[in-house]
Amino acid sequence: MSSKGVWTISEWGEDRIKTISFELLTRARPLADKLNTELSSVLIGRGLEDETARELIYRGADKIYVVDDKNLESFIVENYSAVLTALILKHKPEIVVAGATTMGRTLLPHVAVKVNAGLTADCTSLDIEEGSGNLLQVRPAIGGNIMARIKTPEKRPQMATVRPKTIRPAQRDEKRQGVIIRERFGNEIIDSRVERVGHRKLDTGGAEIQDADIVVSGGAGLKKGDNFKIIQELAKTLGGAVGGSRNAVDRGWISYPHQVGLSGKTVTPKLYIAVGISGSIQHLAGMKTSEHIIAINNDPDAPIFKVADFGVVGDLFEIIPLIYEALKEAM
Amino acid sequence: MRIIIPIKQVPETSNVRMDESTGTMVREGVESIINPLDLYAIEAGVQLKEEHGGSATVLTMGPPSAEKALREAIAMGCDEAILITGKEFAGSDTWATAYTLSSAIGKLGAYDIILAGERATDGDTGQVGPEISSFLDIPLAAYVSSIIEITDGKATVERLLEDGYETLRVELPALLTVVKEINFPRLPTLGGKKKAKEAEIPVWSRGILEIQEGELGLKGSPTRVDKIFTPKVLRDGMMLKAHDEQSAQNAAKEIVKFIKEKNLLQ
Ligand SMILES: Cc1cc2nc3c(=O)[nH]c(=O)nc-3n(C[C@H](O)[C@H](O)[C@H](O)COP(=O)(O)OP(=O)(O)OC[C@H]3O[C@@H](n4cnc5c(N)ncnc54)[C@H](O)[C@@H]3O)c2cc1C
Repeated sequence: MSSKGVWTISEWGEDRIKTISFELLTRARPLADKLNTELSSVLIGRGLEDETARELIYRGADKIYVVDDKNLESFIVENYSAVLTALILKHKPEIVVAGATTMGRTLLPHVAVKVNAGLTADCTSLDIEEGSGNLLQVRPAIGGNIMARIKTPEKRPQMATVRPKTIRPAQRDEKRQGVIIRERFGNEIIDSRVERVGHRKLDTGGAEIQDADIVVSGGAGLKKGDNFKIIQELAKTLGGAVGGSRNAVDRGWISYPHQVGLSGKTVTPKLYIAVGISGSIQHLAGMKTSEHIIAINNDPDAPIFKVADFGVVGDLFEIIPLIYEALKEAM
Repeated sequence: MRIIIPIKQVPETSNVRMDESTGTMVREGVESIINPLDLYAIEAGVQLKEEHGGSATVLTMGPPSAEKALREAIAMGCDEAILITGKEFAGSDTWATAYTLSSAIGKLGAYDIILAGERATDGDTGQVGPEISSFLDIPLAAYVSSIIEITDGKATVERLLEDGYETLRVELPALLTVVKEINFPRLPTLGGKKKAKEAEIPVWSRGILEIQEGELGLKGSPTRVDKIFTPKVLRDGMMLKAHDEQSAQNAAKEIVKFIKEKNLLQ
């Protein structure tokens, strides 16, 4: 049997499907359409109702493979890998994509070895090559200085992880139809050598920058930690979240969960305001897909202006207070 | 306790210069270093050895010059090193790299724990560690931020996830990939450096590993780099200069107008 179909690996946790699952459907829908094949999603967990699985159909999937088992409540790579490997060997998909999250980046390499497949990490774009039908996977390399396009010419499935928040989650359409298939496994999928003993939540200190509509970020141009207050105030006035460049994070002006960029988070807010940030290639990698970008920098040649919809060349310490005032007036 | 640490030599990329015309990295004058995250794996290994006794073996697949990275690891406290080299290994993707390293680890005899950096700064995939555990069929704990204890043939570790810390207990032998939080890598000591200088480092090739030629290097790699290009990120944005009070006032007003027009004011 030749390989057929495009799969996404959905993520489940705290009683809901995680947003990355819908982003994967946005990515994978056009791939399935170009290949004229079905788009399926795999949902693994415990207590998964049909209603929950149907959400993935509303967001673009044609078929959902649900694996619901008391032993699959939390992600243990060996167990999830055993399930996914069995599903892949049974149904032979052509393409399998997962999020470049701690789960996806652990699960997919584990499975790629078991099913003898090629795997590309942390892709920022996926497409189908005309003619061959191969998956074209684009990812940043050498610290984001270059983009590499990668192919898996022979081995199937072609597997990739996709960086979160690099695309919008698929829209909901309750009219969409699809099928839900429940797959069952016995105890053979349980690896008794691994046991999850506990979990404690991390306090991100309001760093949910990936979910914010507006992100105001500060960089080395702020000169010292105290000055970061003006970024915080501006963000608060706009109802947005606070971000920072790596230089700002390294100097301890703001904590790591707020870092935007290649080695931090990718954000795609409606509005990104970069203040005193030069716009290194690594910083751009984390924010260039924002809907609107405003940059404030006193160096007219700062690369951040290349990606800005609106740039102001000037002293941030002069301009930010004025914006603040103008905002108060406008609100 | 027998500890195995696969490491990678990488170019020092904190200040990469790119050749704009070819889209490749300027290698001239670029130093080769131990992948920064591997230093944390080495430190974790040396600490385990200090606590439980035993030995730490480092191994790397790379060009002959990667021997330098192995000697640095010995200087930090590892006991022995193995260099896997040969042109047939060139062009390996993560799958082929993990396969080669797993085959080498298989030749080393019994071991208790494999420690690896979570990812390398050049390839930046984070795939090789999990792939090795899958090839060897041993438990995996990725993103380990702390080794809490090792007792009764089991390791209890904490892993750093997006939303918090998870505690896992895994039976040994197991593979852990480690993140920066786990420790502060030590500097080599004088004695360590001396030991490193004198160490004999065996060189392993395909023959010793008993791998078929088609299973390694470029031939054994499922993925291929098809094209390299420089990222393009242009928007034709509007620019305003704020060089005096009046133009600054104006710029501030225009920014607020822009935000308002896009319906972003709540
Ligand atoms: C592998 C790797 C990963 C990396 N990951 C990231 C990452 O995730 N995120 C990240 O941000 N960086 C990352 N970096 C670092 C990156 O290369 C840059 O060093 C960093 O982004 C620079 O931060 P910055 O723009 O705040 O500082 P600088 O580059 O120092 O820029 C400061 C800017 O402030 C401007 N300025 C100064 N004074 C004023 C003033 N009074 N008014 C207005 N403007 C002013 C200056 O003109 C300048 O443009 C990474 C680097 C590497 C090698």
